[in-house]
Amino acid sequence: MIEVKQLTKRYGGTTAVKDLTFTVDPGQVTGFLGPNGSGKSTTLRMILGLHEPTSGTVTVEGRPFRSRPRGLRHVGSLLDAQEVHGGRSAVAHLSALARSNRIPRRRVDEVLERVGLAEVAGRRIGGFSLGMKQRLGIAAALLGDAPVLLFDEPLNGLDPEGVKWVRDLFRGLAAEGRTVFVSSHLMSEMEHTADQLIVIGRGELIAAESLEEFSARGTRQSVMVGTPDTEILRDLLAAEGAAVRADGRLLTVTGLSAARVGEIALVHRVPLHHLSTRSGSLEEAFMELTADSVQYLAGEPR
Amino acid sequence: MTMTAAHPRATEPRPRFSDLVAAEWIKLRSLRSTWLGYGATALAVIGFNVGTAYDTYHYWSEEDAGDRADFVRDGIPLQEAFTGNAATVMVLALGALGAMAVLGEYASGTIRTAFAAVPARRSVMAAKAVVVTAVTAVFGAFVAGVSFAATQAILDRRGLGVSLGDPGALRVVVASALLAPLCALVGLALGTVLRQTAATMIASVVVLLVLPVALTDGRHWSAVASHSTLYQAWNRLVSVAYHPLHYPWTIAGAWTVYAVWAVAAAVIAVAAVHRRDQ
Repeated sequence: MIEVKQLTKRYGGTTAVKDLTFTVDPGQVTGFLGPNGSGKSTTLRMILGLHEPTSGTVTVEGRPFRSRPRGLRHVGSLLDAQEVHGGRSAVAHLSALARSNRIPRRRVDEVLERVGLAEVAGRRIGGFSLGMKQRLGIAAALLGDAPVLLFDEPLNGLDPEGVKWVRDLFRGLAAEGRTVFVSSHLMSEMEHTADQLIVIGRGELIAAESLEEFSARGTRQSVMVGTPDTEILRDLLAAEGAAVRADGRLLTVTGLSAARVGEIALVHRVPLHHLSTRSGSLEEAFMELTADSVQYLAGEPR
Repeated sequence: MTMTAAHPRATEPRPRFSDLVAAEWIKLRSLRSTWLGYGATALAVIGFNVGTAYDTYHYWSEEDAGDRADFVRDGIPLQEAFTGNAATVMVLALGALGAMAVLGEYASGTIRTAFAAVPARRSVMAAKAVVVTAVTAVFGAFVAGVSFAATQAILDRRGLGVSLGDPGALRVVVASALLAPLCALVGLALGTVLRQTAATMIASVVVLLVLPVALTDGRHWSAVASHSTLYQAWNRLVSVAYHPLHYPWTIAGAWTVYAVWAVAAAVIAVAAVHRRDQ
């Protein structure tokens, strides 16, 4: 379990994280979502004791992580897969980490086997693809068989097969009763991975709830309706207070149910060729929620 | 130990400093650049010394016994056992190699992986300092020993060589050998404080070479400052026939300078990581 309480981090005049409070529970995968620059990595670094909070506290399994003399058996982490020394082999990289925590050498072979890098164990990391580096980073996180696991953007650079493998791995780790905390800036990555979500923007908490609750809050249902008398129906629906937008040959209606649209059409004898309900995606819900807190908008003069 | 998660876990073994030393040794030896760096430096340093001795051998004409005695009495065979050029090369290279032991981690970002695996950061740095000191001490002993043996063997062909038992000979070898771990520790300390490769290299050159040369013996304060640099301490220790200029200093004083630099560099390298964000 990870407990973050009123966590604030300022670098000079910039506030990276502001009054953040949340809990990450064991036994499930918790997604940590936010646009680029929203403070996810800073928060993860504070959880790992690498950065000192300006104020507030963060504990892992009830203790500040930095108070542990050795960390791998308490928290397994992958902060940035690119942060490896290219001149070293995968097995040397993991052996040094394992040795520092008195983890037996055979565990290195086990985790390399588990992430599918056993065959390239002796090759220099410099020649690895980003996907292979992600697997190596995950192997390092698994070394200590820790009850808490942190991953910062672990899906970057993975092929579809790799993404599926990582998802299954995370679910498996959570099912074993571990705390699995995974950051991402893409909702779509979390949609099939996380049970629980922590959403932040500009360093502040936006939402901390289950995936279902999250998708319910953002989804504005819309109705797609097709008719030869497009203009007539549009005016009729608008008169009922709906927002109507022409989408090619279809109209997208928000603010009215599909049943109500059908009734209105019937009363006014407007023929319908198509009538369906469409739910907004999680991605849309996420974008809507974080719209105010996106730091680097494309095209915005800075 | 209390556990919130149901996940079963083996008990944690007691943390040992020796594991950290072993881990740092794995890191150092698993890089090809380590071996290339130390190998090239050894060749260059031994090459400078042997080359100088060979010059003396080559250009030595048939002199009388008196000249030969003067040559030995003036301490020239020992000067050629470890030359100023060789020392300069070693100081530069070892400062850089010591710094790279930590800069490699800051440049690649592996320092965060290391500190997340071992939150006791000062222990990590202490282990790093131990490994760097041990490796460079062996390196220094090898380079100074081979240089002494080779140069004296060459000079001996003209009857000019001295043995390790001769006055001051052992001191020259030991002082030259120790210069390697000292400079490596200074590099490590500078790298840990500055974290940036370019800045560290510049600082290392300034501290290890520019200051000792720029500070002259002319004024008292300048002489004191100069005598407190590593390079000048080495110079004092290997000058068998010492002719004091304005402000003389003792052998014991020079050994003290060695000791102070070693302790200060190690303390800085260990302490610098404790408070700062990584």
